[in-house]
Amino acid sequence: MIQVRDLHKHFGDLHVLKGINLDVNKGEVLSVIGSSGSGKSTLLYCLNSLEQIQQGSVHVDGIDVHAKSTGVNTLRQKLGMVFQQWNSFPHLTVLENVALSPRIVKGKSKEEAIAMAEKQLKHVGLGDKFKHYPNSLSGGQQQRLAIARALAMEPEYMLFDEATSALDPEKVGEVLDTMRLLAEEGMTMICVTHEMGFAKEVSDRVAYFHNGIMEEIGPPEQLFGSPQSEHTRKFLANVR
Amino acid sequence: MQNSISFFTGFGINDLWFLGEAALKTLWISVLSISVGTLLGTFFGWVLHEGKLAATLTIAPVLDVFRSVPLIIQLVLFYNFAPIIGLNFDPFLSGVVILTFYTASLVANVARGGIEAVPQSMRRASRSLGMSYWQDLFHVVLPIGGRAVFPAWIGVVLGVMKDSALVSVLGYVELLKASQVLITRTQEPLLILAIAGAFYFALSYPISRYANKFEQRWSK
Repeated sequence: MIQVRDLHKHFGDLHVLKGINLDVNKGEVLSVIGSSGSGKSTLLYCLNSLEQIQQGSVHVDGIDVHAKSTGVNTLRQKLGMVFQQWNSFPHLTVLENVALSPRIVKGKSKEEAIAMAEKQLKHVGLGDKFKHYPNSLSGGQQQRLAIARALAMEPEYMLFDEATSALDPEKVGEVLDTMRLLAEEGMTMICVTHEMGFAKEVSDRVAYFHNGIMEEIGPPEQLFGSPQSEHTRKFLANVR
Repeated sequence: MQNSISFFTGFGINDLWFLGEAALKTLWISVLSISVGTLLGTFFGWVLHEGKLAATLTIAPVLDVFRSVPLIIQLVLFYNFAPIIGLNFDPFLSGVVILTFYTASLVANVARGGIEAVPQSMRRASRSLGMSYWQDLFHVVLPIGGRAVFPAWIGVVLGVMKDSALVSVLGYVELLKASQVLITRTQEPLLILAIAGAFYFALSYPISRYANKFEQRWSK
């Protein structure tokens, strides 16, 4: 379970997150929507300590993420992350991309790491690309590679930071399908997304962020059907 | 008939051997300085990138001096003034020391460029997989950044190898000095300089060819 309490984040003078309180349960799929600059991506970075926080706390399975005594490298293995830019390692083959961190971070043997990589690549539908280099893949394939790479660390949570925003429109579907597959398998997911259709169909809950504040959170039917906040209504009217 | 002593004798096969040996010395002094200088320079580049204020204030100006002062002046100054502080290095060692620092000063900026060539988002991605700072540096930044600046580094290597000729001013008999010795004896500067040039070419060309092969393989 992820518990966020009174989370504040500043970038210099900019107050990006203004007291966020949020619980995400195991097995839940939470979509986070909102306009650019509303702080939703920053929230994800605070969850796995890629960004430091100024006030409040984040607990993942009871571990205080931002405590000095917490080993972030161990903690991050629990939280797989997929970014807007897929960031595949260009010097490694698809298979090596996925096998690298199980080998060096988890200390698995080469055979185990390769077996894990093969399994996860097949999982995301890249079973025929093991020996390819990332630059020969399409954006959608590279993003699925990034998902497989994160899954190979056997995370308990997956964080998606606008995973489809940098893709060509015709490649968005294949990545969303992969995310949908993970959701069906019961993965706990937090998806920062601009894909309202995905948020509506796949999520258990949807949160709307506005200017660093979580304006509203609830089941998709409620948030999309009868939004409580004025800001949410305006936002949804604009994206539709 | 008057007997005369011949001071000037023609170029012989032994002289070619002499030049070949000198070329090996050029290669040896270059390999030593370039490898140590590259390691040192990579470390300096990392320090420059990390930008710790103290390091930037101390290392950066020193590197600037080595980069900006002509190598020949550095060599003469070091060779002649190091003994004052008790460093009695022979011409070879003096050459290696100066060439090493000279290489390091050039490589430092290449290495910093390499580190900066790896996008921040890439480094975040590797950290998000649980890699430590050092794992990210060695498994992601080094191979990706290294490839990005490899051509620039090869440029440094070839430059330093040719610049190693300047160590001849200290009296170390490497390729250029050996040619001068032979020119004095044979009075055939054109021939001998051409041969010396060919030796330099023979040392440099395989490196740039080999480097090209690497680049082509990586670009696949």
